[in-house]
Amino acid sequence: MLDILSLTVSYRERLALRGVTLSVRAGEVLALIGPNGAGKSTLLRAASGLILAQSGQVLLDGREISTLAADGRARMLAVVPQTHNLPPTFSVYQTVLLGRTPYLGWLGQAGRSDHEKVAESLEQAGISALSSRMIGELSGGEQQKVLLARALAQSTPILLLDEPTNHLDLRHQTGFLSLVRKLAVEKGLAVLVALHDLNLAALFADRVALLSRGRLEALGTPEQVFSPEILTPVYGVGLRVMAHPEYGTPLVLPDGPSADVAPQGRGYLISPAPETPLRLHA
Amino acid sequence: MKPSRHVYSTVFLLLAASFVLSITVGAVNIPLERLAAVLTGHAGDAENATFAAILLKIRLPHAFLILLTGAALAGSGAAYQGLFRNPLADPYLIGVASGAALGAVFAMSANWPDSLLGYYAIPVAAFLGSALTVFAVYELARVGKTIPATTMILAGVAVSSFASSLTSFLMLRSTAELHRALSWLMGGGTLGGWNPVFASLPYIALGLGVLLTSGHVLNVLQFGDEQAHSLGLNVERVKLWLILAASLATAAAVAFSGVIGFLGLVVPHVVRILWGGDYRHLLPLSVLGGAALLLAADTLARVVLAPQVLPVGIITTLVGAPFFLWLLRKARNELFG
Repeated sequence: MLDILSLTVSYRERLALRGVTLSVRAGEVLALIGPNGAGKSTLLRAASGLILAQSGQVLLDGREISTLAADGRARMLAVVPQTHNLPPTFSVYQTVLLGRTPYLGWLGQAGRSDHEKVAESLEQAGISALSSRMIGELSGGEQQKVLLARALAQSTPILLLDEPTNHLDLRHQTGFLSLVRKLAVEKGLAVLVALHDLNLAALFADRVALLSRGRLEALGTPEQVFSPEILTPVYGVGLRVMAHPEYGTPLVLPDGPSADVAPQGRGYLISPAPETPLRLHA
Repeated sequence: MKPSRHVYSTVFLLLAASFVLSITVGAVNIPLERLAAVLTGHAGDAENATFAAILLKIRLPHAFLILLTGAALAGSGAAYQGLFRNPLADPYLIGVASGAALGAVFAMSANWPDSLLGYYAIPVAAFLGSALTVFAVYELARVGKTIPATTMILAGVAVSSFASSLTSFLMLRSTAELHRALSWLMGGGTLGGWNPVFASLPYIALGLGVLLTSGHVLNVLQFGDEQAHSLGLNVERVKLWLILAASLATAAAVAFSGVIGFLGLVVPHVVRILWGGDYRHLLPLSVLGGAALLLAADTLARVVLAPQVLPVGIITTLVGAPFFLWLLRKARNELFG
């Protein structure tokens, strides 16, 4: 559905992406992982047609993105951005309705089918109850769902998400990604999502693409990619990979601080109990 | 927040009231009960004939010019605020008005035929001046893809001073026009007769026509260029159209009414505070409110030191500058961190 072929992008002199090739199939969630500055955001921006590639192609259902008109492209591909800088006085409903923009004329006159689509999208994102609230009154997790609902209102087969779980707590992280999974499976969406948290990627993505310094280092299932041999050189930290006790998916456990600065009490579980018991009040 | 139908009727009534006030109050007061008779052509006695002459030759064209000017400045102020995503944008503060004045004075100093055709040429020159300024300010103030309030105001002040100095220079060179140009520059629609009305009407109608149909697009732009792009907007092209439309309306207003400060700042803000930030309503309500407010300010300017007529720009600035400072103080933390 989304095919990225030998994509090379540079900002002035610096190469931000070097010949990246990957495809996202309908119904699949592909997580884009890698250290800061690896090129995850650049890849998403190029895939959404926001920046032009030096060379290579971005194909949406077989059609080169640069040949599509702005509204045609927005009917193929929707982006869920990060939540900062949203206009606080827009209502949730109004914001989600803007997702219908590629189907509306210059005046933005929405018809009945547009309003039905908005209601459906709010329902799918689980925020129907918030529809008359102002964006500025919402929590980060709720705002992220509003942006997801807006992307769903665009009714596109392809969905890009830029680190959607960044500012969310654990419950909202898993809740949000479960929702994305459900949409991919039930609606057959092709989802490309940039994630920082490797364990979330392992739990929620069908495949992961590991970027490092603009290059695609590895592409495969989390089980194939998540090994110390592949991850340690890219992230520059020692780590262990274990199997999730319940699902068997890989769990990545980074090494902690060195022994001399380790938090007090570290290692009790494997070393004998301390002679003086821990006391809160001396 | 969605303004009800009552809001539009209220603002319409305000506009009608200030229009009637504007054409009846002045050096000669026309009683309201005579107004209907005079306007429908039932002149009757000699006094009515005098009133008719005052109305048709002086008051009505002046009121229409002020109405158009107020509508254009407040409408383009709202549009600039949306385009720059900056609550402090105003045709006056970002230098567009000074650029338009420079263009207009340049045209006047070069050749100013006192005919309708000559009048039609002035807004074109003013438009070129305003378009040049707005692009200069936009480019100078831009940091990456945003227009921070600080750089915008600095760039606006610098470009505006530059344009004003050039305007002063041009005016000093043509001393005969100095007095007229000076009072014109302070804003007041001091040019008489119907020619300025007919000359500015097509430009303002075109500019405001584009802006009034762009509420949805401006709403999308409030989420920033990147999101507007992913929602299917051709961002660069849309912004160019909107900037040109707002600058055209501003230029035509400035060309015949001079530089009237702060109207484009105050009116959209009051509308936003009262009825919310949806540009589909913010734009038309600003246009109507701007026309009403400027008509009221202009009436005040004509009576406060009667028989002397104050330039209306003095009134709007006296009200607008403190409002701007209040806004700056209120927004200080969020804008300047």
